[in-house]
Amino acid sequence: MVSTLSPDELQRYSRHISIDSVGVEGQSRLKSARVLVVGAGGLGSPTLMYLAAAGVGVVGVIDDDVVERSNLQRQVIHGESTLGVPKVDSAHRRMTDINPLIEVRPVTERLTAANCFDILRDYDVVIDGSDNFPTRYLVNDACHFLGIPCVWGSVFQFTGQASVFNVEGGPCYRCLYPQAPPPELAPSCAEGGVFGALCASVAAVQATEAIKLILSHGRPLVGRLWLYDGTEVETQVLKVNKDPLCPLCGPEATITDLTDLSYVCASPAAAPPPVATISPETLADRLERRGRAEDDFLLVDVREQFEWDIVRIEGARLVPQGQMAAQAAAFPPDRDIIVYCKSGGRSEKVARVLSTDFPRVLNLDGGVLAWAARVDPSLPVY
Amino acid sequence: MDTTSIGHDVPVGLPLVMQPAAGGSSTVQVRARTVGEAVDALIAQYPGLGSLLLTPEHDVRRFVNIYVDAEDVRFLKGLDTIIAAGQRITLLSAVAGG
Repeated sequence: MVSTLSPDELQRYSRHISIDSVGVEGQSRLKSARVLVVGAGGLGSPTLMYLAAAGVGVVGVIDDDVVERSNLQRQVIHGESTLGVPKVDSAHRRMTDINPLIEVRPVTERLTAANCFDILRDYDVVIDGSDNFPTRYLVNDACHFLGIPCVWGSVFQFTGQASVFNVEGGPCYRCLYPQAPPPELAPSCAEGGVFGALCASVAAVQATEAIKLILSHGRPLVGRLWLYDGTEVETQVLKVNKDPLCPLCGPEATITDLTDLSYVCASPAAAPPPVATISPETLADRLERRGRAEDDFLLVDVREQFEWDIVRIEGARLVPQGQMAAQAAAFPPDRDIIVYCKSGGRSEKVARVLSTDFPRVLNLDGGVLAWAARVDPSLPVY
Repeated sequence: MDTTSIGHDVPVGLPLVMQPAAGGSSTVQVRARTVGEAVDALIAQYPGLGSLLLTPEHDVRRFVNIYVDAEDVRFLKGLDTIIAAGQRITLLSAVAGG
C-alpha cells in the first residue's frame, strides 16, 4: 500500500515531488520501501546518507566493524565523534540527523550463510557495499533465492564498477564473475588503497539505481556493467549476459543453498603448502651478519611504493606484489629470500608462490609492524 | 610466416590490477585479427601477463572477462572472436573493495 505524506514530508521532499516522474506517488513509494545496505564503509557511507535523505522508509544496515581513524578518509558517514563506535550505530546517528522521519535498522553482525536469509528477507532491495568476495557471492546468492534485486558496486583505487543483479530475467553476479580472482589480483582496500571521492561516484550510482527500482523509473542497470576510471574520467558500459551455464541462476543450476566461502580462490585444489617464517629478532641478527659479509640473502618488501615511503626495513629491496612475477626471474637462485609486507599476510602469499621456484623462502612474521614494535620502535607505523 | 603485419591495430585496455605486469600501461596496442591473437600479442610484449590471463591449457582464466567493445567474448566465440577494424578490447577483473 502506498503511504500518504505528512505536511513535514511534503516540505522536506518538495524537490523530489516537483520531478514529474517522482511526484507524491513516487515519494510515497519511497516511504513504503525497505532497503538493506551491506557494509557501512566507503560505498555504504554515501549510499546510506542518500537513502536517508531521499526518504526511504526503512533502511537496514549491516556491518560488524567499529569506526577507525583510517576509515575517515572515505567513509563520510562517520567522524571523529564516533571513533570506536560500531559503524552501524555511527551510521544510525548520522542518518537520523539527516532525516528523523525514516526508520534505521542497524545490525552489528557479519553476514553469514546462517543469518543471511533472516536478515535480507524483509527488504525490497539490497545494496552490496561489502569489501570482500565471499560476502559478495553470499549476498548475490541470497538475493537470488529470495528474489530480491541486488544493487552491486565495488571500488579499487581510482576505478569503480556497478551493476544491478537478480532482477527478474536478468543476470546475477555469478553470470558476470563466475570466479573470484586470486589474491594477488584482488588486493583489499587496506592493501591496495582506494581514493576516497571515488567511493562517492560509485555509491551515487548505487543509490540512484536503488531508488529507480523503487520508483520503477527509467532503465535500470540490469544486464549492464558500469565502469568508471577516475584517472582518465572515462566511463564504459559493458553488456552482462545471463549465463546459461550459471551454477546459480542457469537452467541447470548446481548451487541450491547458501554456503560460506571463507576464501574464494582461483584454484581451490590442494591445501596451500606451509610457509617458513623468520622472527624480527632473527632477521635483525641476520642483517647484522650480512653487513659483515657473514651471511647472504635477499630481503624483499612486497608492499606498494607508498607504504615503502612511510616505513621500510633498511637493506630491503622493494618489489610490489603485482610486479613480483616479472621481477622474480632475476632473483639469485641460490640464496635465501626473505619477504615482508605490513603485517605478514601479503608476503605469505608471495612466499608461497616463490617457494615453487626458489629453494628457501622465509616470511617475516608480523611484517614491518612487528619489526617496528620489536626491533626498531623509532620507526613510524601506519 | 611473419604474422605481425596481419590484422588491425587494436587497443587493449587493462584493469588496474594487471597494469604493473604491463610496465604500468593502462592501454596496450597490439596487432591482431582475433581475440586469441590479441592475447598472444599482449603476452609476447608482456610475458608477466601470461599466467594472469591464461591457464596452462591456453584457456582464458575464469576470473578474467574479455570484451570486444561492449560484448563479453564468452558469449561470442571466445578467443576465436573476430576483431573488426576500429574495435577495442577491454580486459576486466573483478574487484571487491567497498
